[in-house]
Amino acid sequence: MIAEIGHYALVLALGLALIQSVVPVAGARLRDDTLMGVAGPTALAQFAFVATAFAALTACYVMSDFSVANVFENSHSAMPLVYKFTSVWGNHEGSMLLWVLILSLFGALVAAFGGNLPATLKATVLAVQSWIASAFYLFILLTSNPFLRLPQAPFEGRDLNPILQDLGLAIHPPMLYLGYVGFSISFSFAIAALIEGRIDAAWARWVRPWTLAAWMCLTLGIAMGSYWAYYELGWGGFWFWDPVENASLMPWIVGTALLHSAVVMEKRNALKVWTILLAILTFSLSLIGTFLVRSGVLTSVHTFASDPTRGVFILMILVLFIGGGLTLYAWRAPALKQGGLFAPISREGALVFNNLFLTAACAAVFFGTLYPLALEALTGKMLSVGAPFFNLTFGPLFVLLLLVVPFGPLMPWKRGDLLGVAQRLIGAAAFALVVVAAVFAVTSGGPVLAPFGVGLAIFVMAGVVTDFVERTGLLRVPVATVWARARGLPRSAFGTMLAHFGLGVTLLGLVCASTWGTEQIVAMKPGAVVSLRSYDLTFDGTMTRQGPNYRETIAKFTVRQNGTVLGTVEPSKRTFPSRQSSTTEAALMTRGVSQLYLSLGDPNDDGSIAIRLYHKPLVLLIWLGAVVMFFGGGLSLSDRRLRIGAPKPAKSGKPALQPAE
Amino acid sequence: MTRKQRRLILIGSSLGVLALAAVLVLSALKDSIVFFNSPTDVVEKHVQPGSRIRLGGLVKEGTVQRGDNLAVRFEVTDGNRAIAVSYQGILPDLFREGQGVIAEGTLEPGGGFKADSVLAKHDEKYMPKEVVDALKKQGRWEEGAGKKK
Repeated sequence: MIAEIGHYALVLALGLALIQSVVPVAGARLRDDTLMGVAGPTALAQFAFVATAFAALTACYVMSDFSVANVFENSHSAMPLVYKFTSVWGNHEGSMLLWVLILSLFGALVAAFGGNLPATLKATVLAVQSWIASAFYLFILLTSNPFLRLPQAPFEGRDLNPILQDLGLAIHPPMLYLGYVGFSISFSFAIAALIEGRIDAAWARWVRPWTLAAWMCLTLGIAMGSYWAYYELGWGGFWFWDPVENASLMPWIVGTALLHSAVVMEKRNALKVWTILLAILTFSLSLIGTFLVRSGVLTSVHTFASDPTRGVFILMILVLFIGGGLTLYAWRAPALKQGGLFAPISREGALVFNNLFLTAACAAVFFGTLYPLALEALTGKMLSVGAPFFNLTFGPLFVLLLLVVPFGPLMPWKRGDLLGVAQRLIGAAAFALVVVAAVFAVTSGGPVLAPFGVGLAIFVMAGVVTDFVERTGLLRVPVATVWARARGLPRSAFGTMLAHFGLGVTLLGLVCASTWGTEQIVAMKPGAVVSLRSYDLTFDGTMTRQGPNYRETIAKFTVRQNGTVLGTVEPSKRTFPSRQSSTTEAALMTRGVSQLYLSLGDPNDDGSIAIRLYHKPLVLLIWLGAVVMFFGGGLSLSDRRLRIGAPKPAKSGKPALQPAE
Repeated sequence: MTRKQRRLILIGSSLGVLALAAVLVLSALKDSIVFFNSPTDVVEKHVQPGSRIRLGGLVKEGTVQRGDNLAVRFEVTDGNRAIAVSYQGILPDLFREGQGVIAEGTLEPGGGFKADSVLAKHDEKYMPKEVVDALKKQGRWEEGAGKKK
């Protein structure tokens, strides 16, 4: 019964979405307030119905109703309750339902909080949002219905894929989807602006908070996914340049570019046409990401099922929205009025530089991800583009970009003075060079490029400090004045500083963990000792334990440093009988922001067991940096001008009362 | 500076960055792509020893031998031909005899294959797509057999 309610609610949501797709647009054309007014309530009701459908599926999972095919395939009655919740989106159908839940949530938020938008713009935005929603409701109902029943209810489910039974996975997909789908709002705003043929600085101010919120969620979602891969896959790697990872990285890169170009548009009324294009591209890349992950063209942990009809359906959605969006852009964009002028050396110029390099880096990732697919489709040759490709293309472009990051915020708008800014950054550059020299001295004979990587990270962070000092006059004026000036700065300025600082933190972690990490693979018998850096690990022996739906072999190690016991770590291997599969649970010991990492291999015939040991210096900085970026975004989002919203554009000479005709 | 000059600078620098990206992509592409081959491809297409490839197929039943220091030897087969693979290190969780596997490494002059990474599938339900295609080519693939039991 519950599954049928969910199914029915989803059908009703589709019906509402179809109405919302047509009526408000007609209203906006005819300037009819009643027709435009339809959009708000339907958007809210749509969300209510999708939420009902989602709640129904969740209820089926929590109650282990194995007569529902989807629950049977992906759940098990002995699974801990929290994983019964998370397995709702641990499969293709459920994750698509989460996708549309978030899509309808964003639509409802625009309807609820978009009170200060011009009526026609709001109606058109909600209609465009509904076009996307209709396509995906249809996709779910026609090809991926999670509510289908089995003719006979089995006694037990087939369990969730064991490597997905993890708390990191509880947060990763929803965060990622909030990001992916959040960009649909920027897309809808862009399409609405093109339909209306009018765009101004206020548009950028309306779009920016949505883009920012989506970007924040995507940042955190990618970081979560990376941390999950790090500790769950047992390889100690945090980024594999796997096509599915790239699929989430590409919208992030272009979304970052969009955030920056929207600033130029908002402050200087320039780069309008470009910003619209970025808004379309960002969501297009989110759709391509969905296609890559959901269609089954790639084999990965994310590919839950490969069913050709689904791939074709998503491909059609892709062609419709990306093709349609870009066609509309090509047709209408030339009519948009060009905005303000600026010199190449200026804040605008720096942001254009940012945009150029971000889009070029994204293009490189795009090429590396899709080239093997295209080649296979065209010639039948199968090849893989590995991590070296991405390091050699994405790497240099990002290094150049990061070098310029400290310059941007110090540049004045319109026309800047490169020499003057460079002079102000001399302190930061000198400090970074000292660090480079120090790192060289400490790691003599080590890799040559890595100390410069550290220096670059330090330069980015020191640049942020310089920016703060310049703005507040720290050390030059009395403390009270500094305090007053700091309080006077808009929160978005602090947001920028924090986000850029986080970038430096992540870079520092990446360089250190991948350059100076040590790895050892040994076969150990109980009682044996292995040394890694300054740590001595004693293998105390193994034991087995019965978990709720798995059996676990645990190896116990005592970690010592200079003879003092630091603690014990227990890496384990879990065997899941219902899926005849096993997972490696790595054990982590955190020391500051560095980590010791242990994972188990196979036992050998002679009683020894294979152990993989890593020391990862500063590895936690990689994800902490992303968290700092997230909070930077949050600070910007709470800025007064975004909270209050954009001022209404002055009505041009229209009298308040129309004279009677 | 006129509007035209500014636009020229903008377009020029965009083209510059694009050219830089293109150069990076082309130079990186030369060294970092690896072709997938089945054991039959290796034998029949005479893949040169020393070249880096990905070898995919099933781990042949009864061929897995473990030596000292985590050394492992096994054979990869597509039902038609089999290639001996040597590897040193920890094998993935789902590495088993009779299951799909992809080994990346170099071909040795004697016809053996020295792998530096071995990937098994993530989930017992699915095969690596490349392996499925290779088996299909040899007519050793039964639709649905490897998917849902």
